[in-house]
This record gives sequence, C-alpha cells and structure tokens, in this order.
Amino acid sequence: MGRGPSAFNIVSVVLGLAFLYAPIVILVVYSFNASRLVTVWGGFSTRWYAALFQDRQMLDAIWVTLRVGVLSATIATVLGVIAALALVRGGFRGRLALAGGIYATLVMPEVILGLSLLLLFVAAGLPRGFWTVTLSHATLTLAYATVVVQARLRSFDVGLEEAAQDLGCPPWKAFVLVTLPVIAPAVAAAWMLAFTLSLDDLVIASFTSGPGATTLPMRLYSQVRLGVDPKINAVSTLLIGLVATGVIAVYLVQQRDERHKRLGLGHT
Amino acid sequence: MRRGRVGLAAILPFLWLALFFAFPFLLVTKLSLSHTVLAIPPYAPQLDLSQGLAGLKVFLDGLDTTTYARLAQDRLYLDAYLSSLRIAAMAAVLLLLIGYPIAYGISRCPPGLRLALVMAVILPFWTSFLIRIYAWIAILKPAGILNAALAGLGLPPVDILNTETAVLLGLVYAYLPFMVLPLYAVLDRQDESLIEAAQDLGATPLAAFWRVTFPLSLPGAAAGALLCFIPMAGEFVIPDLLGGSETLMLGRVIWTEFFANRDWPAASAVAIVLLATLAVPILLFEREQGKVLS
Amino acid sequence: MSGRPQIGGARQTFAPWDDPAARPLVRFEGVSKGFDGAVAVDDVSLSIYEREFFALLGPSGCGKTTLMRLLAGFETPDAGRILLEGRDLGPEPPHRRPVHMMFQAYALFPHLSVAENIAFGLKRQGVARAEIAARIEEMLALVKLEGLGRRRPDQLSGGQRQRVALARALAPRPRILLLDEPMAALDKKLREETQFELMALQQTLGTTFMIVTHDQDEAMVVADRIAVMREGRIVQVGRPVEIYEAPADRYVAGFVGDVNLFEGRIAACEGPLIRLATDDGALDAEGAGVVGDAAWLAVRPEKVAVHTEPPADGRNRLAGTVLDYGYLGDWTTYLVETRPGRTIRAARANATRTLLRPLGCGDPVWLTFAPSSAVVLTK
Repeated sequence: MGRGPSAFNIVSVVLGLAFLYAPIVILVVYSFNASRLVTVWGGFSTRWYAALFQDRQMLDAIWVTLRVGVLSATIATVLGVIAALALVRGGFRGRLALAGGIYATLVMPEVILGLSLLLLFVAAGLPRGFWTVTLSHATLTLAYATVVVQARLRSFDVGLEEAAQDLGCPPWKAFVLVTLPVIAPAVAAAWMLAFTLSLDDLVIASFTSGPGATTLPMRLYSQVRLGVDPKINAVSTLLIGLVATGVIAVYLVQQRDERHKRLGLGHT
Repeated sequence: MRRGRVGLAAILPFLWLALFFAFPFLLVTKLSLSHTVLAIPPYAPQLDLSQGLAGLKVFLDGLDTTTYARLAQDRLYLDAYLSSLRIAAMAAVLLLLIGYPIAYGISRCPPGLRLALVMAVILPFWTSFLIRIYAWIAILKPAGILNAALAGLGLPPVDILNTETAVLLGLVYAYLPFMVLPLYAVLDRQDESLIEAAQDLGATPLAAFWRVTFPLSLPGAAAGALLCFIPMAGEFVIPDLLGGSETLMLGRVIWTEFFANRDWPAASAVAIVLLATLAVPILLFEREQGKVLS
Repeated sequence: MSGRPQIGGARQTFAPWDDPAARPLVRFEGVSKGFDGAVAVDDVSLSIYEREFFALLGPSGCGKTTLMRLLAGFETPDAGRILLEGRDLGPEPPHRRPVHMMFQAYALFPHLSVAENIAFGLKRQGVARAEIAARIEEMLALVKLEGLGRRRPDQLSGGQRQRVALARALAPRPRILLLDEPMAALDKKLREETQFELMALQQTLGTTFMIVTHDQDEAMVVADRIAVMREGRIVQVGRPVEIYEAPADRYVAGFVGDVNLFEGRIAACEGPLIRLATDDGALDAEGAGVVGDAAWLAVRPEKVAVHTEPPADGRNRLAGTVLDYGYLGDWTTYLVETRPGRTIRAARANATRTLLRPLGCGDPVWLTFAPSSAVVLTK
C-alpha cells in the first residue's frame, strides 16, 4: 500500500539510467558505423566485425580470456560456497578473519592486489602465464562469489537441512540433496559474476600474466592507448551482447521461480 | 556437529586467502625495504636459505628504508598521494549526491518494478569496465560526440578529456552501481509504517523524509561511500585513460614504477603507503559489513 | 473529567448515540474503498461520539484496518466522505489531521530515544521547547515509564514499547486516537492487564479511542460500542451486551462467543415469543418474525442448563448423552449428543470447589434453556 513515486523520484531514476546506458548505446551504435570517425555516421555496416574476425591476435586474446574466466570462476565459486557456509553457519574460530579477508579483497585497489600476487609468483618461482592469471582471478572473484552465495544462504531455512538429516541423510548428503538445489540460482549468479569479473580485469592480469597469455582486456588496453578503433566497438558490442544475454536469462529464470513460489509450486 | 564439519571445510578458502591474499602483503612489505638492481628479478637483497641462518642475516641486513626516504623527498609522490585522496573523496561525495536520489526513487516504485530497476542499475556493471571507460573517450574528446551535440545546440565546445573533470566523471560513472545498491538496500528495508507514523504525527512528506528516512539510511550511505572510496583511491584505468598526463593518482604511479621504470621497490613502497592510508576506511567498511551480518 | 462515567456503576448512562441531538465527533458517510478490484470497505456509514471507546471487530481481511487507515488519511475513499466535527476530511493529508494512530507493530523510530519519539509530534506542531519537556514527563508518567526517556526502542521490552507507542500518539493531544491491534504482540496475561489500563487511561484523558481488533474478548472488555465487520460491511453496531445477547444475525452470533443454532421454520408467534419447528422438536425463543419463514434459534452454551434427572417442565427440553467435555477451571463445557450427528454445547460454571467429577462421557443428561435466554434470528 506504499505511496507511488513522485515526479522527482521518476526523473532521478530516468536520468540515472540514461547516464548509465548512454555510453553503452553509443558504443553499440557506432560498432555498425561504416565511418571510422565517431562523429560521422557513414551508414550501417558490419565491416568492423569482419575485420575483427580476421584479427588473429584479438581472437587469441578472446580464447585465453574465456579459458581463464571459466576456470577461475569455477574455482572461486566452489571456494565461495564453502566460505559462505562458514560465514553464515559460523561456529569456527577463524570466521572473523575469513570475513575480514573477504571484505578486504572486495575493496582492495586492483594495483595493490596485482602487485602483491606478482611478487608471490616471483618468490615461488612460478613462470608467469595462463595459470598465474587464473589463480589470481580466482582470488579476486572468490570474495564476490562468497558475498552473493552468503546473501542467499542467510535467508535459507536450516530446518530444511535438519529435516533431511532427521530423515536419515548424513550432513554432506543433506547439503547436496537439499541445500544446494535451493541455493542453486545464487550459485549460478556467483559463477556468472566471477566469470564476468575475470573477463573484465585488466590490472591484475597485466601484473600476473606473461608471454603467450595476453587477455582480451590487455589487448584492448594497448589498442585503446593508440586511439579510437572501431574494431574495439565491435568486440565490445559482442561482449555486451554475451553478458546481457546471460544476465537476462538468469533474471528470467529467477522471475519464473518467483512466480512458482507465489503459486506455491516451488521450494522455499 | 554440522558446525564442526563446516569449520573443517572452511579451512580451504581460509588457506587460499592466507596464501594468495595475506601472505603476498608481507612480500610487498619486504620488497619496499629493498633496492633496485639491474637483474632478474630487479631487486636486492635476495633471501638465500641455502646458506642457513647466515643467509637470513645477510638478507635482513640488506633491508632498509631508503626507498621510503626517496619517496618522501620527491614532490611527485606527495602530490600524487594527496590528489588520489582528494579525487576519491570528491568522487565519493558526488556519488552520494547522484546515487541517493536514484536509490530513493527506485525504493519508491511499485515492488515489481523495483527489482527490474535494480537489475537495470547492475547490468552495466556486468559489461566490460574498460570498454565503458573507453566509450567516454569517444564522447569527451575534442572532436567527440559531446562537442558535436553542443555545437548542434549552438553552444561553445568544451575540452575536458585529459582533465581531472573527466576523471571525476569516469569515477562517478563506473562506481555508481556500488553506491546505489547499498543505499537501495537500506531504503528498501525501511518499514513503511515508520513514514506513516511520522506523517500521522504531523510531519509533512518532506519532514518525514529528513527526520526518519534519511537518518535511517545513513549506514547504507556510509557503506556505499566506503565501498567506492577505497578502490577509487587506488584506481588505475580511469585516470590513465581519461586523466591525461596531468592527473596524478597513486594507482598510476604504482603502474608506472613497475612497468615503465622497473622500480619494483618503489612500486611496493607506494603500495604500502596507500594500503596504510586505506587501512582505516577498510576497517570501517568491515565493521559496517559486520553489522549487516549480525 | 466531568460527565464521563466510571467503570461499572453508572456506565450505562453514557449513551450519546441514543441522543438524537448529539453531534458525532467522526462520521463516515457511505464510504467505500477497493484495492485492485477487490472491495475492502463497502458503503460504510458510522458515527463515533466524543469520549467514546469504539471498537471495530472482525476477522482479518474484513476491512477494519482499511476503515481506520481511511480515517487517518493513509487511504482515500473511492466513494463517500469522512467528517470530523462536521468538517470533511477529504482533502486533508495525514499530517494535517488531528487524528493519531498507534501502529500495530508500534513503528517506533529506531534512531530516536523514547523521549524524542514522544516529542516527534509536538515538534511538528511547533510546541515550545519547555512545553515539550513538560509534556514528555507527563506522558512518561501517564504510561508509567518514568526515567526511561533516554532509552532507545531496542532497549525496551515489548510491553514498554507498546506504552511508548501509546504515549507518542497521545502526546500531541489528538481529537481521536486510533489503535491498530494494539495488544496483538503481547502475551495473554499482559494483554489483560493492558486492556484495563487502556480503559482507565481513556477515562482519565477523556480522549475518543477507536480500536481495531480481531479479538472479541478484547472488544467486549474495552469498548463502549462495537461495530462488527464482515467483508467490508458493518453487520451490527451496538454495546457489547447488545452484540452478545441480541446479535443481528448468525454471523455475529457465531463470531462473538459460542452459540448453538437450531434451524427451522416459524410455527407461531405468541407476543414476544416465537415457536420454531426444528428437527429437534418445537423450541421457543424471543424474537420477531413471520409465520412460515425460515429462521434460526440461537442459544449460548452458558444459558443451557445440564440436568442429570429429567426436568419437570417440558419446554425447550432435549435429552442426550455426554459425548465429551472440557474442563477449563472456571467453566466446564459439555458436548452433548441429542441424536446421531447432532451435538449441543452447554457450559457450567464451576461455582463450588470439588475434585469429584459429576459427569462423564456416556452419562445420560437433559438440557433445558429458558425461552428468554434464546433468540430467534432470521438472517
């Protein structure tokens, strides 16, 4: 029965969203611009996409980035689920220290994180490349994955798991059979977030990567420094399309779950 | 019993963070006390444990604070330090001023629309940060879209790319979701009947906002400001792409010392100084999060 | 505090609603309100008088809270109007109405102390600082919370919070105080104490109170008059005794207290008495009706006498066996089966102290009730 938004409320939200989306829209529109100049509309064209697919270095970078993203996001999500369980269910001594580490990672400037990880790999004598970037990204995204899963676990009714144990499941089985299916959307969201952050990271990758493991953001960064290149608009549009599709799909699945819940079809 | 099992499994992420997050800070500290040499890796002393305790002694004797002394004498570092904090603080204030009306506006919308709007605020965050900042170059550059639009309106052109203004704009743009979300979380949680109670007791809608809604949303404002301020103080990409050569920020200094100058001890010392400065806001942020947890 | 009668004694003399010259303090005139097509309040007309303690009683979802929120100004009527002292409240926003509300979950401001909560409404009225301090002390004394002014709401017990909410709503001296399920969050014992304190408080202050509740006992104890609501409509308005002893229809009879109903047709009307032909035989009760119409005889369990020997008088007499009983301490309720599938409730006050069990399951009993103790309902 809350009161509706005032005109001021509506204007704030609309302007805010316009501010957030205008640059993205411009980027997408100009990826189809035949002209090389951003201010001139030279007609619709997909030539930059064609050019992109002939750019061997760019394609290599995309391939490296995707592999790093999938692997690091998976490590981060597994560790994140465990960490979230530990934070929410509590009861062990290192809980505060773990929470402290998670939140510190969340806000730590990337240059510091990148530099410190690099020094670790140098000290350990690990050659820099694919694996060092993957480990570094797993560390960065672990914190985000934990926060996402933890938010869901906090509203999870422990009674469900206890009921499963009461019905004869050992604790680990109760977790796999009851808790995990219920929190699955949050786990998926955590993985998506970790994957996206890995896809997106320039700074940490620059510090911890080595020859032969140039990621897409590193490649883009060196291109951007040379000036505006419509090929970047094309690859950006593809990335935006990929992520937007994923996010909207997750959103729609969640909406469906919500509706089921409201109709009393789903689980809590 | 179940608690014990979670505790046992929790050792995994705990160890991971200890190894990849906490321990490297010791290495950074150690390196900040070393010197540059033309070698691989480009610093000395090296810890040589094959010589046993004697090696440790040689190593410890080799450490000193000359790198810090060097930083303190150079105006450039002090300027970069101060402008990092100043720019991050200004951006945090701007973010509060811009983010609050947005978060409040969303919280006033009907429940079904709210979720969609929150998604809309988060969505840009899921697209590449680098690309979104790159988009601003095309908008802000002298022959860019902003000036084309201004010319179309008969207004004089502006030249703000490679200035501090552009950096502030980029920071506000990139961090806006991080400000809106914590604010929205506290505003959305707020009990509608508190506002009704205030109005029932004679408060106009505006008075009800200032006396009840606003004070109760301050924890969210604090969380949002810290969540943005800390990483912004060490931000690299935005000052590098939008700030030009005149905008000095510590993130760039660390990058330049490391990649361009190959001065690893200096990069480490700057990182330690930045970390020490951010320790207080980080602890404050953790306390705020702890409150949310309990 | 003149004119307002005390509990018991002369209570009956306070009846402005019977005085055609009396002007109501609040008047609802044909008020309707719907949400998304569902009707919450349906054409309600109602008068509430100065100094009255008025209760809106009904099950959840009957529209009683909406009716209260319409008066407070949080909802706007779709039709009809609400008058306060003859003035239409229609255009007034909530903050300009001299009507204050005690919220169900209290809605205490968590960032303000008890004293600041109480001062909130006074500050909005622009009351002078010294006056505010005095009023806070007065209110704290009134609700017996002296010395707790500096506490925060989360440092108080549930009962104390309830008192702060009451003090906060009363401090700006409203013309009418609205109480939305004020005792829902309290346990039974505290609830009963609070009911009497609330009545005493209302009499001391002379403020008009309107309470919304789903608890019939609460409404019966505290209210001068009760309006029973059902599906957005007011079914009956009357003093508690009228609601209980002369319910308007079967719904009110069943909602307020326990009742035995006998369905039948009116066979004869003899003055104030009606004879009803039912499956349990001919039964007599008071009421009005037309011969031949369908009607129901309603009789409360405590008005049904239980005999172990067949009584002499043949009127309103039913024979049966005890099917079950419930011992409540002060009362014992018997469930008596008079014929297969037909049970009647009878309640007996345990007026004397005994550990002996006079009646048990399977015992044959006879039930009687006086025609004047039963009522015929035609709806």
